[in-house]
Amino acid sequence: MADFEPRIVAYCCNYCAFAAADLAGSMRLQYPTNVRIIRIPCSGRAEIKEILEAFWNGADGVLVVGCMEGDCHFIEGNFKAKRRVARARELVKEARIDPERLEFHNNAASMGPQLAQLFTEFTEKIRAIGPLNGDTNLEHVEVGA
Amino acid sequence: MIMAERKPMAELEAMLEPFAKIALVGCKGCVTVCNAGGEKEVGILSSQLKLSRRQQEKPLEIVEVTLERQCDPEFIEMLDVHLDGCQAVMSMACGVGVQLCAEKLTAMPVFPSLNTTFMGLTEQPGEYAERCQGCGACKLHLTGGICPVTRCSKSLMNGPCGGSMKGVCEVRPDIPCGWQVIIDRLEELGQLDNYEKIMDVNNWSTSRDGGPRRIVREDLK
Repeated sequence: MADFEPRIVAYCCNYCAFAAADLAGSMRLQYPTNVRIIRIPCSGRAEIKEILEAFWNGADGVLVVGCMEGDCHFIEGNFKAKRRVARARELVKEARIDPERLEFHNNAASMGPQLAQLFTEFTEKIRAIGPLNGDTNLEHVEVGA
Repeated sequence: MIMAERKPMAELEAMLEPFAKIALVGCKGCVTVCNAGGEKEVGILSSQLKLSRRQQEKPLEIVEVTLERQCDPEFIEMLDVHLDGCQAVMSMACGVGVQLCAEKLTAMPVFPSLNTTFMGLTEQPGEYAERCQGCGACKLHLTGGICPVTRCSKSLMNGPCGGSMKGVCEVRPDIPCGWQVIIDRLEELGQLDNYEKIMDVNNWSTSRDGGPRRIVREDLK
């Protein structure tokens, strides 16, 4: 398991997390190359289907990162995203995937170091959980209603 | 429109357990509007089922199709070209759509993925409420546009009953007493004299009590 390199997909809002990733780059901050960023116009744009597709196509963990509460460029997209990710975690659990592999976070454009830290911590968390393919130890996942 | 909710995952997985390739068929009618069985929900359920089966090392291949409607035969016929190699069909339509699929697709089993719930309206996105029971004899002109059959838990014709407390139904605290709503509305409209008229004992033969119903329009044939 030690040589397992998780693949993380991060759906990042254009106005905050994506800019924060850019800032982290400008500040020469390192974050794991495991994280693949997908820029979306608003975190509210992240669809449940796309989150599930990410897992289907090989992601071991998925992040959705939006603006700080009250700062959404589209007023309430980040609140919608938060509710939608909560629902997606239930659906992911139904699909026998540990819901801990999916998280929603708020991160402002000025928070480059915090985003780098989030990416690092989430990568380590997924590394500890292990690869999705072959994660057949489902005792921790309750399937059903 | 007709409202429906997705069945629990465990129930769906049990139905599909013996199969390796299925078609998951959505409907662009009512169930799309109530976010239960449209193109988007087909995509989500398909991903869920595939992921779950991959986790169990019993992969499931799914053909995703969403028909214009599943309650008209001409659209069901369009399904044939998608069913190559499919061992079963799981319909994401209401009970009507599932039944027409089952009638037309005689070669394979058809499974429901939704629990069809009621005829209702959208109060706000994500919140739906029942408004019609299809009793076959509309009385809305007498009751201020509020249906006693649906909105009164007992479907009383002359309410309210003794279980109406401060405008709330005794069945559940989130149900407004249907007859209180009717009286308030009639008062607003100045039509309280309608309330004074005693409604006859209801003839339920136009409703489900008369058996499965049918409409025949010779002019449309």
